[in-house]
Amino acid sequence: MASVVLSEAEKLYIVHGVQEDLRVDGRGCEDYRCAEVETDIVSNTSGSARVKLGHTDILVGVKAELGAPKLERPNEGYLEFYVDCSANATPEFEGRGGEELGTEIANTLYRVFSSENCIDLKSLCINPREHCWILYVDVLLLECGGNLFDAISLAVKAALFNTRIPKVRVLEVEEGSKEIELSDDPYDCIRLNVDEVPCIVTLSKIGYRHVVDATLQEEACSLASLLISVTSKGALTCMKKVGKGSLDPESIFEMMETGQRVGKSLHTALQKVLDEEESLGTTRQKVGFLG
Amino acid sequence: MAAVAMRLPVARKAVAESAGGEKHLVAPGDIITTDTGYMRGHGTYVEDEKLIASVAGVVERVNKLVYVRALNTRYNGEVGDVVVGRITEVQQKRWKVETNSRLDSVLLLSSMNLPGGELRRRSAEDELAMRDYLQEGDLISAEVQSVFSDGAVSLHTRSLKYGKLGQGVLVQVSPSLVKRQKTHFHDLPCGASVILGNNGFIWIYPTPEQKDEEAGGFTTNLEPVPLSDREVISRLRNCIVALVTHKLMLFDTSILYCYEASLPHQIKDILKPEVMEEIVLETQQRLLDLEG
Repeated sequence: MASVVLSEAEKLYIVHGVQEDLRVDGRGCEDYRCAEVETDIVSNTSGSARVKLGHTDILVGVKAELGAPKLERPNEGYLEFYVDCSANATPEFEGRGGEELGTEIANTLYRVFSSENCIDLKSLCINPREHCWILYVDVLLLECGGNLFDAISLAVKAALFNTRIPKVRVLEVEEGSKEIELSDDPYDCIRLNVDEVPCIVTLSKIGYRHVVDATLQEEACSLASLLISVTSKGALTCMKKVGKGSLDPESIFEMMETGQRVGKSLHTALQKVLDEEESLGTTRQKVGFLG
Repeated sequence: MAAVAMRLPVARKAVAESAGGEKHLVAPGDIITTDTGYMRGHGTYVEDEKLIASVAGVVERVNKLVYVRALNTRYNGEVGDVVVGRITEVQQKRWKVETNSRLDSVLLLSSMNLPGGELRRRSAEDELAMRDYLQEGDLISAEVQSVFSDGAVSLHTRSLKYGKLGQGVLVQVSPSLVKRQKTHFHDLPCGASVILGNNGFIWIYPTPEQKDEEAGGFTTNLEPVPLSDREVISRLRNCIVALVTHKLMLFDTSILYCYEASLPHQIKDILKPEVMEEIVLETQQRLLDLEG
């Protein structure tokens, strides 16, 4: 993970500040930085989204492709995650430096999305045991400014909300084999229901308290963090501890409660922005990368 | 109560032509002049008898010399500049300091003051005790003593106002936004002190109560900073970020005006784009009134 080096006095200043609920940029322990969300920026994907959380910049593209279902789940489609840590983010990611972080993030996303209800995978099935939709979710890290997992999960949710999968018809050809026909109208598509998609909230333990949305400097002062994935109703689906320090069981409970509370506000804020963007429709001025 | 603010991105507005005369802005590849009578300086090259810019910046002319002063560039050291740097390596008789320049700066052991202000040759024991004083990651304030031929800068802390920095906040900005002034150490009336390093590292720290004469940065005060000082420091930090986002020059008056303009808002709201714009506009207005 990209990290900054801090002097002991700077770390002490940050730790004392967190104790008094006043972080370096004036936020409280449960406040997020100002985030910008935009969808539909990459034109040759089925869905895309970009999230800028302070100095963290994430781009997610979703491509829907036809394929065969997995053997153990013949009636469902599935998602494949790939995370690319671009060398643009920090020089540490040059060459193969970002691979370790990329696989860690991808594995976390697989775990988060492995719960039964988050996406209706049965709707992605076209012909049981033969054809289904596979959603390839590609995450690109453009800039690392702390709190990667939260930003990535927000971007994945926004990209899935934006995904448009073309409607297909199955035709019975002679000899029993089936053919798939894509509809001619490019706007004739199905949307995914992302109400149950969870978002990840990272709680970093600094001193005796925990903070949400840590910057790179705050991450350097924290020895242990808890990643929890929360649905919009506040249900906890998955939990993971990262970092080389230890966590007290009581503080884990406190962090879980905070995470659930913060997770619910995160979902409402994201849904509000996505609905606002949707309502603007074609009148929306696309900002993209050159704005 | 958690506060989560999400919004749609807004396209950047084109900056209006501000007062201050015409500035000849160029991008890499732009033709500066076709007149061959000029001497070419930094940031330019000649192709087909045309003078073309190689960096993005402002064209400056001094008699017959034409050069382009880049706006977003690494720090180029000049003798006498005050810089804030971070120790990256501890070597045999010197420290390597990161100052946002092309090469790491050098702080020789002989350029560092000994505790108590002793004047003597540095011995082998001093060399072994180097790490006790400055380790990797420590922040120092220093002055540029000389510049080597390859552009690397040699620093010295031969005055009691320079030395290791204690508790505070570091803000990293572009070096071209820090205005050259007589003094770079400011004790702001709002209750905090600020060091405006010429290399773009701005250090905000709580004003020390007594001016210790024998300290020179050898003892770090590790007591918790009171909440009122913290609020001032956080507000200053956000104001500096606001000024930098709108590309205003940083000097004590601009920071102070921005601080005063931000008082009606909460500290964390200063970083919201619309509040930032409002505060910076008010600061610009006050600065123009000051000049005019």
